[in-house]
Amino acid sequence: MKIIVPIKRVVDYNVKVRVRPDGMGVDTANVKMSMNPFDEIAVEEAVRLKEKGTATEIVAVSCGVAACQETLRTALALGADRAVLVQTDTELQPLAVAKLLRAIVEKESPGLVILGKQAIDDDANQTGQMLAALLDWPQATFASKVDIADSKATVKREVDGGLETVEVALPAVITTDLRLNEPRYATLPNIMKAKKKPLETLTPEALGVDVAPRLKTLRVTEPAKRKGGGRVADVKELVAKLRNEAKVLR
Amino acid sequence: MTILVIAEHDNAALKSATLHTIAAAQKLGNDIHVLVAGSGAEAVAIAAAAIPDVAKVLRANAQHLAQPTAENVAAVVLQVVASGNYTHVVAPATSFGKNAAPRIAAKLDVAQISDITGIESPDTFVRPIYAGNAFATVQSSDRIKVITVRTTGFDAVPVTGGNAVIEDVAAPAEITSAKVTGQELTKSERPELTSARVVVSGGRGMASGENFKLLEALADTLHAAIGASRAAVDAGYVPNDYQVGQTGKIVAPDLYVAVGISGAIQHLAGMKDSKVIVAINKDAEAPIFQIADYGLVGDLFEIIPALIAELSS
Repeated sequence: MKIIVPIKRVVDYNVKVRVRPDGMGVDTANVKMSMNPFDEIAVEEAVRLKEKGTATEIVAVSCGVAACQETLRTALALGADRAVLVQTDTELQPLAVAKLLRAIVEKESPGLVILGKQAIDDDANQTGQMLAALLDWPQATFASKVDIADSKATVKREVDGGLETVEVALPAVITTDLRLNEPRYATLPNIMKAKKKPLETLTPEALGVDVAPRLKTLRVTEPAKRKGGGRVADVKELVAKLRNEAKVLR
Repeated sequence: MTILVIAEHDNAALKSATLHTIAAAQKLGNDIHVLVAGSGAEAVAIAAAAIPDVAKVLRANAQHLAQPTAENVAAVVLQVVASGNYTHVVAPATSFGKNAAPRIAAKLDVAQISDITGIESPDTFVRPIYAGNAFATVQSSDRIKVITVRTTGFDAVPVTGGNAVIEDVAAPAEITSAKVTGQELTKSERPELTSARVVVSGGRGMASGENFKLLEALADTLHAAIGASRAAVDAGYVPNDYQVGQTGKIVAPDLYVAVGISGAIQHLAGMKDSKVIVAINKDAEAPIFQIADYGLVGDLFEIIPALIAELSS
């Protein structure tokens, strides 16, 4: 079974983003970029499925600017076999990415697509579900455990009240949640080997996909600052203040 | 403007998230239809009809909608949308809404606007990005706007005063490629995390899952729900459905007590709209203190028992 793992290049988890002075976005110049953490979990899960013999080939796919090649090389160093970059400078929104991925899926015919549940930049949480809808495939989102047997996937999903188990017929789309696995680090020999693995570059035009944004960003602003920093000396003062000043105790 | 609200419920009662979602719908227009897709969810339809400003309740009843998959929820919604003149499809940004809404948007070939916290006009919305470190105001030019609503952004509507008609709609045939085969819901006598008036949360500083018993005692005293930081979940102290933050639940209670939580931006994203924040941490430099109304530096294992005693006195 072939697995496609879509990955996104995002501002690194540890970077504190700042709104640009023109108020039209956040400053991404000269900040560290990394693979979206949920996508790292997706790569790891695919690699484990290959190590178990369930998967035969892993194809990492990214959509975006030329620099996404670096992120794809990371996926290759973690164990993906080859990579595809759909290169464009156009701002890509989830629906456009889902359409690009559908085109790739139609070319590659994988048995499974596994990707992060959300990207930590736009926090949209849409791409996997949209891809499943466009392909008319079943979906298993927010996965915390994946078992594959007899051309179906049994997936434990993180839901608001606890866990839910779904069974989906393959091919299917799975999106990853935090507890699915702990991604490995790329080793130096694997990073060197990744440089020699194949990386194909395509364009939205070649795939016949219109990627024009549907949402127009009018402005981006800083959140309202919370006035904090108050201190209390001890438990007695804390309780007195909660009772008499904040009046939140009943 | 005709707005379709997808109700979240458990076939017995509406989830409170639905009440916040209807509040957002009211800001979009006054022709609000609520879709109750379920199995034997008669009481839910009646409850939805009693909400002021709801014009119509659409009830789809089928066995396979008892614990519906995203595939089957989307199929019902798409059928309803095709038969009406809807300008907006609105769902709560809960695990239920997040699962189904993008399927609907993709099938309609429209963008989804996720997790909105504000509405400027029927086509312009405010939503957090980068874990709430920035807010984007976005305008949609699509003919139908598919939206998920961050429930803390809109006050719940009242549950009485309305008198909407209830109309039955036929449920489409079951899509069987996905099936819900089990549920392990966390059983708790405590209030639900996202709607509790008081939340007590623990972080890495709790040092073990066993120590969360201490927080349970505090939560009992305060009639609070229990939450946790991602660090505590990652460390295996508590299950993931306790998680408050960018990738967990978003809460805005009257009182939020953060215990042994350093205050990573991903956690703050989930709780910084709380009315009053108390932070208890041994590290005086922890970032949580910058947003706390009342910070108390010290050993939580001494402070929490003392706090319980003081609150009970």
